[in-house]
Order: sequence, then C-alpha cells, then structure tokens
Amino acid sequence: MSGWRLWVPLMLFAGFIGVAGYQLSQPKNEFIESRMVGRELPYFALRPATTDRPGIASAQFSDGQPRLLNIWASWCVPCVAEAPYLEQLKEQGAAIVGVAIRDRPEDVARFLERHGNPYTAIGSDDLSEVQFAIGSSGVPETFVIDGQGRITHQHIGDIRESDVPVLLEKLREAGA
Amino acid sequence: MTARGLFSTASLRRSLMALLILCLGAPLLAQQSLPPAPYANRQLDDPAQEAVAQELMASLRCLECQSQAINDSNSPMAGDMRHQVRIRIAAGEDPEAIRAWLMDRYGDYVSYTPQVSATTWPLFVVPLLLLLVAGAIFWRRFGKRA
Repeated sequence: MSGWRLWVPLMLFAGFIGVAGYQLSQPKNEFIESRMVGRELPYFALRPATTDRPGIASAQFSDGQPRLLNIWASWCVPCVAEAPYLEQLKEQGAAIVGVAIRDRPEDVARFLERHGNPYTAIGSDDLSEVQFAIGSSGVPETFVIDGQGRITHQHIGDIRESDVPVLLEKLREAGA
Repeated sequence: MTARGLFSTASLRRSLMALLILCLGAPLLAQQSLPPAPYANRQLDDPAQEAVAQELMASLRCLECQSQAINDSNSPMAGDMRHQVRIRIAAGEDPEAIRAWLMDRYGDYVSYTPQVSATTWPLFVVPLLLLLVAGAIFWRRFGKRA
C-alpha cells in the first residue's frame, strides 16, 4: 500500500473536526419562522378578550387596511417590555389588533390598565389554536397583515425601539 | 470575611430580603392561570385512537421547550398541541395529515421524523455510501482469496 493512503483516514477525520468546529462557532438561530408568511390568514373567529374591545375574526382583515396582529399574553414578561413600542406604533398610525393567548378577561384588563391599550380589538385564544394556525411559536410575536388578509411579515420576540421603523415600513409596503 | 462579618445584621437583612423576593417572585411565572386544554392531559375514550395519538405526539417537537416531544413536556403550549392532536384524531383525521399540517406552518423543526428534502438528503445518502465503501474495502481485503 503506498504511503499517502495511510493518511486518508486522518484527513477525513480532520475534515470532520473542521466542519463540526465551524458549525459550532456559528450563532444558532433560535427562531422558528412561520411558513405562513406570504399566505392568506387562516380562518378564525375569537371572542373578545376584555369587555371594552371587540373580538376579532379573520374576515375583518380583508377590508383594505393593513394591520399589525400582535400575539401576546398578560402573563408574558417580554410583552410588558414591548408595550411602550406598541403604543409608539399606534401613535404613528399603525392599526393594531391583539390575540391574547391562554388568558383570563380580568388579567387582560389589569395588564391593559397598567401598560396601556394600543389595540382596536383583542380576541381570546384559549387553546392556542390561532397561534398554531398562523405558525407562531411563542409570545410575543407580531405579524403584518395586508389589506387583503395576507400575512406579509413576522416579527419574533418583543418589539424593541429599533423595530418600530421596520414595522412601520413593512406596513407601508403592505399598502398603509 | 470574618465570622462576625458573615453574621452581621446588614448581611442577615440582605439574605432575608433575598428570600422574601424569591417568595414574592413566583406568581410572575403564573402561565397556568387557565386550566389546561380539555384533552391536554386526558386520554381519548377509544384506546385504539389514543394509541395513534400517543404515537404521533411522541414524534412532534414542542415549540417552546428545549428539544422535548410534546408528550414529554409540561409547557402549556405542548398541552395545547396535545389537545389539537387528540381532537383531530378523534375527528378521524389521519396522523400523517396532522403532522403535515404542522410542518406546513413550522417546517421540519416540529417533526422528529425526518423527511427527505433539499437539506436532509445527506442523512439518507451518506450511510448508503459508507456501506458501499466498507463493502468495497472488505471485498478487496478478503474477497480475492476465495
């Protein structure tokens, strides 16, 4: 057997170490992106999550006005952090509807009283059904829905200050 | 630190304060203010259907936990997913159709049963190649003598 062939297994092993080392050094993407972006909002109808705002139904999203669909919950800590930025978005003209996940009306009311209410409507999703239907994997998440009821963008995690202009731009692209 | 320093009133007060904060902090994590979904922890009445549901739940991945199957997780969202699986099985839906519905939303992430796709084909091809190579080596070493 010629000399160079002896080295082949070692080279393969070194190659494997190289690939594994490179992959380990890459930042891991923790986000599970929804495959529903670019598609029609699935059918749903949710009862109101609180007494002073109506519930929501998927049919309402085809009235020509783009909206933000904010998936949140009163028990969700990052939702507190994003509340002021939702307020900013509302002040700058964004129409925001909420879906409250696994929540009680009194908890929702207390949260809104404490942290502000930027929503025009809030539906209550007790079994996370709408969450599954639109491919959302946690709270908070925010979807941009265009005037024809199509999902055009998904923001995963709480909205930070730097996300406000991005979401406004996505709303503009969706025809606001 | 001296023994006196360790038991000084200031440090004692600080530890008591920390303990108090720990006790008061717990309700913040009260994700379970709603009872679990009806079929999150309740088996289907038909044992055959429940078996089908169990098999599917063991191969669906929880979306908000660290790599657990939904039948193995206490998270409320996993409970809601179990409810979805059970009511759909009870309604006569095919388990693979339920998996496909979820993969249509969450991609490969949600399923523990790998499918051949543009990114996963090496998983299936590489073992075959290795077998072929190993077979060729064995044949060269031992096959010729026969």
